[in-house]
Amino acid sequence: MIKVDEKGFYGKFGGAYIPEMLHPNIEELKENYEAIMASHEFQDEFRGLLKDYVGRPTPLYFASRLSEKHGAKIYLKREDLCHTGAHKVNNTIGQIILAKKLGKKRIIAETGAGQHGVATATVCALMGMECTVYMGEIDIARQHPNVERMKILGAKVVPAISGSKTLKDATNEAMRAWINDPVGTHYIIGSVVGPHPYPEMVARFQSVISEEMKWQLKEKEGRENPDIVIACVGGGSNAAGAFYHYYNTPEVRLVAAEAAGLGVNSGKSAATTALGTPGILHGSKTILMQTEDGQVVEPHSISAGLDYPGIGPVHAHLFDVGRGEFVAVEDKDAMAAGFELSKLEGIIPAIESAHALYALNLIEYSKDDVIVINLSGRGDKDLETYIKWGNY
Amino acid sequence: MNRIHTLFNSKKSRVLSIYFTAGFPALEDTLPIMEAIQAGGADIIEIGVPYSDPIADGPTIQDSNMIALENGISLKKLFEQLKGFRSKIHIPVVMMGYLNPIMQYGMEAFCKKCQEVGVDGLILPDLPMQQYLDDYKALFEQYGLVNTFLISPQTTEKRIKEIDENTSGFIYMVSSHGVTGAKSGITEEQVSYFERVQALNLKNPRLIGFGISDAETFSKASENSNGAIIGSAFIKTVKSSKSLNEDIQTYIQSVIIEKL
Repeated sequence: MIKVDEKGFYGKFGGAYIPEMLHPNIEELKENYEAIMASHEFQDEFRGLLKDYVGRPTPLYFASRLSEKHGAKIYLKREDLCHTGAHKVNNTIGQIILAKKLGKKRIIAETGAGQHGVATATVCALMGMECTVYMGEIDIARQHPNVERMKILGAKVVPAISGSKTLKDATNEAMRAWINDPVGTHYIIGSVVGPHPYPEMVARFQSVISEEMKWQLKEKEGRENPDIVIACVGGGSNAAGAFYHYYNTPEVRLVAAEAAGLGVNSGKSAATTALGTPGILHGSKTILMQTEDGQVVEPHSISAGLDYPGIGPVHAHLFDVGRGEFVAVEDKDAMAAGFELSKLEGIIPAIESAHALYALNLIEYSKDDVIVINLSGRGDKDLETYIKWGNY
Repeated sequence: MNRIHTLFNSKKSRVLSIYFTAGFPALEDTLPIMEAIQAGGADIIEIGVPYSDPIADGPTIQDSNMIALENGISLKKLFEQLKGFRSKIHIPVVMMGYLNPIMQYGMEAFCKKCQEVGVDGLILPDLPMQQYLDDYKALFEQYGLVNTFLISPQTTEKRIKEIDENTSGFIYMVSSHGVTGAKSGITEEQVSYFERVQALNLKNPRLIGFGISDAETFSKASENSNGAIIGSAFIKTVKSSKSLNEDIQTYIQSVIIEKL
């Protein structure tokens, strides 16, 4: 059974390893999030905004030319059509309503490529709340358009100048900012990482993805369950959303595509389950990339959204108990899959999602299998990377 | 008897604990710094175990952690440096570090090594009380290590009492909202928090940390507690020092001097 226990663990992974200064905030969330999320008032507002503002339900699209090419019945769950261009907004909408109900006045968030930062800045504008986004100094330089998007939306972008100056350090800075101003601030974490209850809370907000997949598949195939669901995993929020309602349906195979960068053993990789070991990162026990001495290693992926040295504890658990199949996709193969989808279906995917597409080449299946690939984001933000890569 | 207990049995006020980062500014400075802290007149030494992602620390300590790691410090190396330190250091010594490097070393191996070299206690900021009780309390006790918990102005009275029940060394009172080294000076709001905790009549002594940097803040913190902890301000002293032994002793003496 894949389920979080009352202490916030999925099997061996999870928990809340946080400094005492954050204890009251985490307790406040833990004690309130389930009741708030279960209330009609919350659900009405959440569902209403997902429909009218985000544009849900997102289509479940039968990709006929891709299916023909790969020899299976392949559907794409079109999270790329969400407002702001990716699934990230499902979570930020949920968390900002929650923050409002908790009486918070100010929002902070971390971001890597800027997608979660933009999704957070967007909902803060929507709700008229103050927003500060922490972003690694190096990421600020290489994701300039997203930095400007956040600013246009009224957010303040603060560079994280510590450590390796990327996503993990932006997360550290956001946690420090929360310690510095714990009372009126809510921290919107962007993935299924961090101390309990964040991983479960974020997964529940994202679980709308698999909730829709079930009835959409029923309409199209006469059955709720596909044979295989494929999603990319950085921290793992889109995967958690796509897997959520299938966790405990063992006949549905769950495939997680990690980023192998220049190759799993190249020293330039973000394939966490292939390279990582159990430890503690950002408040939870999980699998992470680290030195023998327990120092966190800086990962590499061409896709900034997968460039994270850990994975959410639920994914560590899926890996540990063998419920998930984890594959590692190299930069070059993800790029090839991105170009392939562009040519075959007229959809330019986010490079993160292209990792999930390439996973088709790494797993076994038969031609009658129904496969759903979670197309977590669109490729607009990656245009420069596609152009530089060339060969199209 | 554990040296921490012995200390607080005989000294009830103006206890000074000094935090430094192992392996900083140079890899082999660990022991000389400990000797200078003792010679300067401090009561407790806190050895900071460097970590790549210290989320409760501000820029000064982060920076010292990064440099120490670049210098090549690791827990293994640190324990080599600490071998035999008890021939020179008689005051209590505690290790302060984040869980992950310790978990990779092995929690039991770590505790055993601490006892072997003569460490008296631990401060692990990302180990919450419940996890400590569930997983590690028995182990720490087996190896004679006293575990210290933090409390902050946000900690409820109920939880402060629970923490007091579950520790036996001292309680680390974080002086304000914030990470280490955030600000200096003590406000009236902070003083009322110190008084509030003082009035709870806890069984454990309390040391106030974060924002303590000089004689004035040390004295003020000591008025409503058993003493204080200095970290970032000490790291700054060490960082700019050309003569470690002399500068450390001068600094500590400037803090503990009682102004008439």
